[in-house]
This record gives sequence, structure tokens and C-alpha cells, in this order.
Amino acid sequence: MGYERQPDLGTPESRSSEQVSLTIDGRDVTVPAGTSVMRAARECGGDIPSLCATDSVKAFGSCRMCLVEIEGRRGTPASCTTPVEPGMVVHTQTDRLAKLRRGVMELYISDHPLDCLTCSANNDCELQDTAAEVGLRDVRYGYEGANHLGTAPDLSNPYFLFAPDKCIACSRCVRACDEVQGTLALTVDGRGFASVISAGTKEDNFLSSECVSCGACVQACPTSALMEKSVKQLGKPERSVVTTCAYCGVGCTFRAEMKGEQLVRMVPWKDGKANRGHSCVKGRFAWGYANHQDRITKPMVRESIDQPWQEVSWEEAIGFAAGRIKAIKAQYGARALGGITSSRCTNEETFLVQKLVRAGFGSNNTDTCARVCHSPTGYGLKTTFGTSAGTQDFDSVEHSDVILVIGANPTDGHPVFASRMKRRLREGAKLIVIDPRRIDLVRSPHIEAAHHLPLQPGTNVAVLTAMAHVIVTEGLVDAEFIRARCDWDEYQDWARFVSDESHSPETLEPVTRVPAAELRAAARLFATGGNGAIYYGLGVTEHSQGSSTVMAIANLAMATGNIGRPGVGVNPLRGQNNVQGACDMGSFPHELSGYRHVSDSNARSLFEQDWGVSLDPEPGLRINNMLDAAVDGTFKAIYIQGEDILQSDPNTQHVADGLRAMDCVIVHDLFLNETANYAHVFLPGSTFLEKNGTFTNAERRIQPVRKVMEPANGYEDWEVTQFLANAIGGEWDYSHPSQILDEIARLTPTFKGVSWDMLEERGSIQWPVNDQFPDGAPVMHVDGFAGGPDGKGRGKFVVTEYVPTDEKTGPRFPLLLTTGRILSHYNVGAQTRRTANTAWHPEDLLEMHPVDAENRGLKDGDWTRLASRTGETTLRVKVTDRVAPGVVYTTFHHPATQANVVTTDYSDWATNCPEYKVTAVQVTPSNGPTDWQEDYEEFSERSRRIAHREPAE
Amino acid sequence: MSAAQTDDKLVYMANQIARNFAVQGDEAAVTATADHIKMFWDPRMISAIIDGDRAGLSAIALQAVESLRS
Repeated sequence: MGYERQPDLGTPESRSSEQVSLTIDGRDVTVPAGTSVMRAARECGGDIPSLCATDSVKAFGSCRMCLVEIEGRRGTPASCTTPVEPGMVVHTQTDRLAKLRRGVMELYISDHPLDCLTCSANNDCELQDTAAEVGLRDVRYGYEGANHLGTAPDLSNPYFLFAPDKCIACSRCVRACDEVQGTLALTVDGRGFASVISAGTKEDNFLSSECVSCGACVQACPTSALMEKSVKQLGKPERSVVTTCAYCGVGCTFRAEMKGEQLVRMVPWKDGKANRGHSCVKGRFAWGYANHQDRITKPMVRESIDQPWQEVSWEEAIGFAAGRIKAIKAQYGARALGGITSSRCTNEETFLVQKLVRAGFGSNNTDTCARVCHSPTGYGLKTTFGTSAGTQDFDSVEHSDVILVIGANPTDGHPVFASRMKRRLREGAKLIVIDPRRIDLVRSPHIEAAHHLPLQPGTNVAVLTAMAHVIVTEGLVDAEFIRARCDWDEYQDWARFVSDESHSPETLEPVTRVPAAELRAAARLFATGGNGAIYYGLGVTEHSQGSSTVMAIANLAMATGNIGRPGVGVNPLRGQNNVQGACDMGSFPHELSGYRHVSDSNARSLFEQDWGVSLDPEPGLRINNMLDAAVDGTFKAIYIQGEDILQSDPNTQHVADGLRAMDCVIVHDLFLNETANYAHVFLPGSTFLEKNGTFTNAERRIQPVRKVMEPANGYEDWEVTQFLANAIGGEWDYSHPSQILDEIARLTPTFKGVSWDMLEERGSIQWPVNDQFPDGAPVMHVDGFAGGPDGKGRGKFVVTEYVPTDEKTGPRFPLLLTTGRILSHYNVGAQTRRTANTAWHPEDLLEMHPVDAENRGLKDGDWTRLASRTGETTLRVKVTDRVAPGVVYTTFHHPATQANVVTTDYSDWATNCPEYKVTAVQVTPSNGPTDWQEDYEEFSERSRRIAHREPAE
Repeated sequence: MSAAQTDDKLVYMANQIARNFAVQGDEAAVTATADHIKMFWDPRMISAIIDGDRAGLSAIALQAVESLRS
């Protein structure tokens, strides 16, 4: 498509089922009751000039531009604040209105610079358009009076500027910040002529204020007062492509606005069903990494990791890799080979990597980064509900009455969904937060959790069992739902277990450190407060009892009847953009796409016939098992697409030992990441802007990713995998990801009805898409649970006993370290560290309670040594009471910190998902980096050397 | 790290699985533990635990590993 603004209907959509018919300028129109006259006029093809109205926020009625005449009514009401009525006869264009509008416009323009030709909003400005619509020809007042011209712009935000002289004080930015983002950082300071938009206090600028740089204000601004710096620099885009963001599991739809091959800006797309027109600082602005100087665009190889890299042709690199793979297979057998698929890449690319491993290498040693984040979700929800996925769509939160957030920090990790959740909370839904840390949601403007249970890290199962104890013993279960939908005997076993006095909040209080009365109140609220929805994240899964916690959550939802309709459900907030997809695509070593075990001969034979090979019927190795096997000498080669396991996986030194022991490490990535320090082959990857395919977000929504520019490295990632497959004897001939998607649909029952054409037509769809659900399934388990015949399976209650982790505090390591993320950075930071997002978070900090800090003589900003039984690192301390005494917290976005040097080998009992969230540590004052940090930095520099080839004479 | 350490790790993993199933009662826990290992472990891990030193295995894990032999 070319470049034009997405239509703006002026005021939000009405959800009323009642229809109202009226006449506007002689045209008959029927709209839902509650619709504004402005919106009705725009829906029937007309337009009413306006400045302060935009359909992302409620009508405000301040600009006096949208006045209309209504027969039988006095005066000229504002059409944005006037709801339609049956039989209303509206005139939007009369001489009287024209005169009024022109008069108002004249006042606006008397205090606005007339530099349209050199303005960054030239030809893309609502003020300019409105001036044209009302036929403004003169400003009788002149420009000599008091005005705001010549004021200095606020350039503090790295991505957008605020130019007060271009501001018309319509307050759309303030209202977008309030209503859409929910941060309430902006305000109109002063009154009347003195009104100015202000971020924070008088001393603040946009960067120092509470602004989270989501871009909603920039999106809402009708002029160039709030404008992307990239547009100011590059000019107006000339074409645009709708695509899906590649950051978190929310999966926002954006329009990439382009000039040739240059991305000018990313603008959230209102029709995106995950984000509904909203965005965060990462997806909206942090795309500069795609053209960062660190990006590697030429393939490279080296005989051993102590040598510098040699740039080679694609043929040489693929030949080198294939040669090593074939030699290793001949000497050690297929099970010495493996691969890791990426939750960053598309479904199609992920599917091909696991196909390469299973069909090409001949082993089932395929795993994915979901191993280290949401593998317990897969196990836990499959066991209880029969399918490994969240039960709802994001729209569901609009119908929730009680929202329980456990082990998730949505305002940082899933900001766009958090904004939607906060909107519901401002409407009156109640909030329960279970988290060791006082996350922002607990108390922020206009939001306060009814209950915050600051549990001791590692006691999730104890807390949830205690909640179940209260619900069962106080008779708050939904017996009707359980009888109808679940196995009654299993329920009774579970109910007996949780009812035992040993699971009461009072008995468990010394373990969980959650006040029993508060826990009881929270449990009662969840069971009796109406639609109860549970949202959880890695604070649930990344524990030695991650899978048990997921099942305990499922138990709680079933016991209270909170499954199978909008507003309820169990909702894992997925970390990366395509974690759900990577799991769906058969990335795990024990299962084929659609969660079918490799030992299932029916499923296997489907693939064997399609691919013309025989497949290993035994499960393969998981990532951590691959590393163990490498150290033992039975695992020799790995192909890693788009994951930096050295930085992201626990116990960094063990990962390094495993990689160092291999004969062939192939890294396929955008950058020479930390893992590449141990690689023999580097295959340059492509960004999400450079490829076609699909991502599946946390709500099971399959969304198209569209190529907006040519890959800087020459090839989309699926093409590179195909090169490698063909070099080891595969006969693949895909020419477009749609063909791979067809193969996925052919081989995966839950994807049966999905095709590229269907996605082009519908925009997106939530799996399962099959004969039973041809339009997908926004809410799952409506009539029966997914497992079982015809999708009428019964929910399974699983008794989850609290088993404390073996990672214990003691005299040497008296504190518990837990880890997390921050808004401005994403995962290991490979992308966001290469953008201006570092303005907000230049380094990882260790959060510590004032009491613990004082005991150690530490003050804010001091360097500290953070040591566990596994290793040690240094970083600076931030003293804050957000963490409880005895608990410290840090992020893992920066390789210099290497927070995973201290995390342990402990992992979830069912899936081996690492226990990132609990490490016993000691913190002491420090003078500087540890030996490991210094050695690693030197090693890292050495191993990143590239010997550039001399040009041929 | 050596193969012996990997064996220790497998014993730890088997015990951890058994410990989490223990609440089901011994008999069911043995079956569940054995099934879990069969479902999720690579064949070389299964052989290693069958052939390895079983001294560190808990009662349930030990019986589960015994049952894997057949």
C-alpha cells in the first residue's frame, strides 16, 4: 500500500448491540447506540472537521471545530460529545457552521508558525488539513500579539521531540497517556492561553519524567508538536507495509512506513487484534539495531575458536559446515548432532530447523529457547487442560473482574498488554499480585492492588496450595463446573490434599512469609469476585517446581470455574515474540509439531511419508542435556539459530565448557553474540523486517510477518537453513514461506485450516484452526477440554505438593537473588542495547533492601560483588524497598554483568527449565570487575577478530 | 565436568522427578516416574542411569529405574 493515514473515526467504537438510525446531510445511517454523531458521519463517508478528537481516546469537546446543527435542537453542539439518537437529522456543512469553524481556525492559526513547507508534518498534518477544509484564507488578528512562537523544543527523548510552538493544546497527547498507555505522565500545565503540555514537574523533560516512551502521544498528536525524530530527519514515508513486531509475546501489529529501503517509522496498527493500535518503546522505536554497525552480513568460518574469523562466500561457509556435520555423523552417529530453533524467528523458519535436525541430521536433538522460559507451561497445561497453550485472547481482559498476576511484571515485560489490563483495572476490576517484588502494577497512578502477596522466592506452590486450601475449606469452589467439566474423583483427591491443615495459610506462613490473613482475603476475592483471570510469567516457570506451579494455577482456575468464557482463564505471558509458535512447531526433542510425542507411530509416519525419511522414535536431548553430553564427548555439533545460549542460559561457565567441547558450532544470528565466541561457522541472519512468514503470539494468534526491505545479509533465515539442508543431502525446494506453512498445515491438526492467503485475508487467526474451529478459537475449552475425543476431554486436577528447592540460603550465601527484565530492554539485550534505549537502562543494577544495604555498608550506586555457589560477578547496587529484606534482584540485559555466571544448574523437575529465579547469594562491597569478567572480556575481544580477505588483484 | 558428574546429575534429576510424584503414593509414583523418564529422556541418558551407580537413587526413583530395564 502507499502511504496515507489510517482512517480516524474521531471517537471510540460503541459496543452496544442496540442500533440507532439517523440522517446526516441527507444520508441515512445506522450505528450502535452510544456512537457519537462525529463517528456516525465519518462511518457513512462524510467528514466533520475536528482537532481534539481521535478514536483512540474518549471525546473531549474542546476544539469547537466539529460543531454541527441538529434539527429541533438549539445551538451548534459538538458532534464528538453528542451521541446519536433515533430519527436525528444532522447537518454538518452549513453557512453558519462554516463561519464558526473558520473563526475558530483563525484563532488557532494566529498562534501557530506558518512554516508549513519546512515543517516535519508537512502534508501529514491535521491542523493543515482542517485549515484547508474550513477554507481559511486570512488571519485578521496578525501575528504580533502574545504567542508561543519561537519556544525551544524538548529534544531529550532519543526518539521523538516536543515542539511547544507547534502545540495547539488539544490535549490528545495527555489523554492518550492517560487512557491508552495509563502512565499519566503528561499534563496540561496552566490555564487558557498559558496552557502548555508538561511531562512531570517543571524541572522535568520528557526523558527524566515518568514517560515510558510508548509513542501513544506522538501517535495522537495532530501536528508536529510531538514528532518522531526520524520523520524530521528523513521526511514523509512513501509506502507502508503491515507486519508483526518481533519483540515480546504480545505480538503487536505495526505498519512499517518506508522510503525505499529505509524504514522511517513503525506505527501501531489499529486493526491489530493484540495491540489495538497501541505500542511500547521497543516495538515503536527500538528498530535501529537492524542497521547497526555490529551487524554481520557476510558468512564466516574458522578451523578452531582460537583463530580469527575468515569471511567467506555462502557456498564456502555452507560447504564447510556440511563437511563437518557429515564427518561427525559418519564417526559418531546421528545422535551426536543437534540444533536449537529460535523463538525470535518465524514459524516457518523454526519448523525448518527442527526438520533439518530430525530429517537431515537424523536425530531428535532439537530444542528451543522456550526450554529456558515456558517449557513448564507446555507440560503443565497439557497435563491439566490437554493442550499446551493459554486459554484466552487479550480482549478477554476487558471482561475480567478479578485479575491475578503471579510471577509476571507486565508493565515491563509485556507493556502493551499491561496497558490494556490497566485500562480494565481503572474501570474497577480488582487486582491480586503475587510477586516477591513490589512491581509497578501493585501501586501506580489510579491503580492499586487489592492484595500484594510478597512471597519468599521459590514458594509459589505453597502459596497457591494455601489459596486452594482456603477456597476448598471455605466452600468457595464451583462444584457445578467441576462436576460438568472435570474428573470428579481426581478433584476429590486434590480437594482432600489441599484441605489438610498442613496446607493452611497459617501453617505455611513461616515458609512463604505471606501474612495468612492477606492470603485468605486474596483467595476469597479470587473465588467470589466474578470473572477471575490468571496471568503469569517466568516468575512461575523458572523454578524447580515451575511445572507444578503451572498445574497449581490450572487447578485454581478449574476449582473456581474460571475456564471457557471471556474474562477468565489461564494466560501465560510469553517472553519472546514466537515462543508459542516455536513450541507449536515441534521444536522440543520429544514431540513433533502440534505436541505429538515422537514415539506416536501414527504421527511419526505422517512425517516420514511427507519427508521421505525414517525418524528416530526416541526423544532427543534438551539444551542442557546437549551441553552435558558434549562435555562427556557424545555430542559434537550444534546449529543454533537466533539464540545466545551463552548469555541467556544458566551457569555460564558450564555452557562455555559444553560449547568448547564441540567440533562444530554453527551460529546463525544478526550479531557476533556471546555464543559465537565458541563458534566455527557464523551464518549471518536476517531481521523480521527482511523476511516473510508468521509469528504466533501468547494468545495463539498466528500473524503475518512481511518483508519490508531486502535482507542485508542476502537471504531470509529459512533460505539459509535450506542451503544447509541441501548441502547434507536434503532435496528441499521452498521458494516462499507460504509453501512451508502449507506443509505445517498438512502435518499439524491444529493448523489444518491455516494458509498464507487466509492470513492475508483475515489479518490473523488463533489456533486451533480445523474443521471444528474453522474461524479459530479466541477462547479455548468452551464446551470441553481440548484433550480427549472430539475436544470434549475433562479437566484434570493434579495434586501438587510443595517441594522446596535445594538451592538454600545459609551463612555464606544469606540472600536470595531473583532475576527479571526492564521495559526498555529485551531479553539479553542483543537488539535493544544497539538502540538508543540504553538512555533508560545503560547497565544492570542490583536492587537491594535498605536494611540489607546498611548491614553491608552499601549505598546507592556502589560497586558490589555478587557471589553464589556457582560463580561471581560485579555490578552496581540500587537501594530500594521494592524488594523485601533478604531478597535481591537484577536484570540480565548486559553481557558485561553476566548475571547468569551466578545462576545455578537447578531446574524444573519435569522440563529442566532452569531455576533462574532463586539463587542463594552474598553481596559484598567491591572495587571492580571479577577475574571472570576481565578474562571473559579479553577472550571475547580475541574471539571476535575478523580477518578481512584481501581483494583479488 | 566428567561423565561421572553427568551421571550424578541424572540421579539428581530422577530423584527430583520421583520426589514430585511421591504424593501420589509409592506404586503410582514409581510408574509415573518411569513414564516421565521414558517420555522425556534421550536413550543415552536412560542407559546411563540404568548402567550407572544407583546408590544415590531414592526408593521410588530406584524402582522406576529398575522398571525401565525391562
